[in-house]
Amino acid sequence: MSETTSTGEDRRLFVGPSPHLRDRDSIPSVMRWVVLALLPAVAVSLWFFGLEAARVHVIAVAGCLAVEWACLRWLRTPGSIRDGSALVTGLLLAMNLPPTTPWWMILVGSVVAIFLAKHVFGGLGSNLFNPALTARVFLLVAWPAQMTTWLRPGVRGLVDAATLDTMTGATPLGLLKEGRLSEIAASSMDLFVGQVGGSLGEVSAAALLLGGLVLLARRVITWEIPATFLGTVVAVTGAVWVFGGPQHGTPWFHLVSGGLMLGAFFMATDMVTSPMTFRGRLIFGVGCGLLTAVIRLWGGYPEGVSFAILLMNAVTPLIDRMVPTPFGRGVPKAKEAA
Amino acid sequence: MARRTFRGGVHPEEHKDRTAGRSVETMPLPGRVVLPLRQHLGAPAKAVVKVGQRVAEGEVVAEAGGYVSAPIHAPIAGEVTAIARHRHPGGFTTDAVVIEAREAPPADAPEGASWPPEPVRMPPLDPDRASPEDLRNRVRDAGIVGLGGATFPTHVKLAPPPEKPVDTLVINGAECEPYLTCDHRVMLEETDLVVDGIRILRRILGVDRVLVGIEDNKPDAIDRLSAAFAGDPAVSVQACRVKYPQGAEKQLIRALTGRVVPAPPGLPMDVGVVVQNVATAAAVSRAVRQGIPLIERVVTVSGPSIAEPKNLRVRIGTPLADLVASCGGLTSPPGRVVMGGPMMGVAQVDLEVPVVKGSSGFLFLPAPSEEELWPGPCLRCGRCVDICPLGLAPAIIAWHLEAGDLDGAERLHVRDCMECGSCAWVCPADRYLVQWFRIAKARLHERNNQHR
Repeated sequence: MSETTSTGEDRRLFVGPSPHLRDRDSIPSVMRWVVLALLPAVAVSLWFFGLEAARVHVIAVAGCLAVEWACLRWLRTPGSIRDGSALVTGLLLAMNLPPTTPWWMILVGSVVAIFLAKHVFGGLGSNLFNPALTARVFLLVAWPAQMTTWLRPGVRGLVDAATLDTMTGATPLGLLKEGRLSEIAASSMDLFVGQVGGSLGEVSAAALLLGGLVLLARRVITWEIPATFLGTVVAVTGAVWVFGGPQHGTPWFHLVSGGLMLGAFFMATDMVTSPMTFRGRLIFGVGCGLLTAVIRLWGGYPEGVSFAILLMNAVTPLIDRMVPTPFGRGVPKAKEAA
Repeated sequence: MARRTFRGGVHPEEHKDRTAGRSVETMPLPGRVVLPLRQHLGAPAKAVVKVGQRVAEGEVVAEAGGYVSAPIHAPIAGEVTAIARHRHPGGFTTDAVVIEAREAPPADAPEGASWPPEPVRMPPLDPDRASPEDLRNRVRDAGIVGLGGATFPTHVKLAPPPEKPVDTLVINGAECEPYLTCDHRVMLEETDLVVDGIRILRRILGVDRVLVGIEDNKPDAIDRLSAAFAGDPAVSVQACRVKYPQGAEKQLIRALTGRVVPAPPGLPMDVGVVVQNVATAAAVSRAVRQGIPLIERVVTVSGPSIAEPKNLRVRIGTPLADLVASCGGLTSPPGRVVMGGPMMGVAQVDLEVPVVKGSSGFLFLPAPSEEELWPGPCLRCGRCVDICPLGLAPAIIAWHLEAGDLDGAERLHVRDCMECGSCAWVCPADRYLVQWFRIAKARLHERNNQHR
């Protein structure tokens, strides 16, 4: 076939299948928006926990990037260090850890998140469980004491082990679980802005909500999962509060404490591990909400968001079997537009 | 007025502004035309001329090869210089008749013969007096096919079987593909022909309801046609939301009538509808009133690499290189040349291909970026499932195909796919979803033929 056109130029044309236009969104741009949306919450964690928070963020991100690099190099799974997915996992892992998590534990978490939960399953896009949450739950089960040591907000310097005990307190959900509701010093407003103990990403509901709205506006995530997740938690805890008594905590308290905002906007909406269909996402969100409320109200752990999301991750392939009915294959309708 | 629409779809950048405001320019007659015998869906046409034969403009050079087929007429006067294989802009090679213009009459012509000869025209018909049968035969004899790009022979669509009564004629002026503005210009500049053609089509079908669907990024065309049909209660011009693929037959029918065309092999006539494109309507009017066969069409030539993007009235068979020259040449080497719109068009190997009846546009686009070229892993984001206008689950079907599971893909109705490209457009990993489905459909077709 000649490469010379009638105009005498020797130019080869690219020949490929349609469509010849593509939306600008790419995997890296999706990841960039998630990072950007996390920044307000990262800033709040730095404000309340200072150097300890910075230390956790840096080690988690560096650890995840390093493990990602090693996995891509040796396992040859799909993905690229530049696609930003390991950066997102690193930040989310940090958000799921207490500010005083020892450095080596963060590194173990990085290996669990990137190697065990992601690359063993086949790399980017193939993992069944959310990598950051898998790591969090692994660490929680392996080292329960360190994973439930909560620095008081406002302690901004580095903390050494000797003085740690004097600077910690229980989380609001922890107090609730022990029936010490009256000892929760934080007001509703404190809970909302993040003036409470907890993991780095469990403190400020407001900052997470802001980031979540950015993701919604940019259509990186859709509304179904956050709305049904938060709605179900409010509905169930509200019903129990009304009929079961105030010792169960108000629905507002449940909405703004713990990892619910982080979970609903950043973890449950993880594309890879959540359903692909509209109806599937509704079911997924309701399931997450129900499990979270049940664990918080009647389970053995004060917080249930991570377990709820991981359990729903496990049934996502099942939910995705419910594909929509194609155009023209439904029950014939006699309806006609006026 | 409520804007009509359908479920799903995407919003690619329109890129229509460079040509939407430019009047159609008539290109000078080409010195050479290449007429592939497959310019329509169905059986290829059969050549009825011989090499060395002189033909007049409008003369039949190839007759219909069957019922679902269409004749081809000489777009210029000249000498048939070859009947040979030639590359077709649809991405394949097929037999073609080549006609070259001649300065003087042939040596054996009688003394005083003039050249070029008078164009051949069919006798004009009065659409109000001629029978629907005669009008339909005229559409057939004029070689008219769907000019929106699908190129289905128009007379076949105008003869619905008696068990499928048609009560509505839908006229497609959506032009939802980015860049293309040829239908827009035809609606503005040939309003009378479009209006007349619609009335003729309506008469042939014997329907008393006509719905004209136009995307509301063309308010001038909506106004023009609404005004033209102001006194006609049977015809209603409707504004449709700007959304791709609004101009896909089933989506347009859904938007305008609320009716859902059954899945393949279901056809619009199963819900009592026939769809025709606005440019096809204009061609019908020309064929009936003036006896002119389909020998030219309006083509949008656009894209970042073309010096002066234009809407050109071009004779069928004109080589693409001539169109480029008429548009001031190329400002930069194009990476990719596409016939049709960017969403469903076909990439070209070179500029030697001719304009065919289905050429709505030729676009000179940049080559894909590295990122677009190499698909990433599926993120399971579900965007393709959300936007598929046919309600399919593209990513899930593609997983089956990647795993070699053709049956799984068939169970998920891969054959319903119309290859509109919305899924691949929206995919953040730039996966070649449509290509997977094309291959699967071809393989399923092959397999079913073997079983027979």
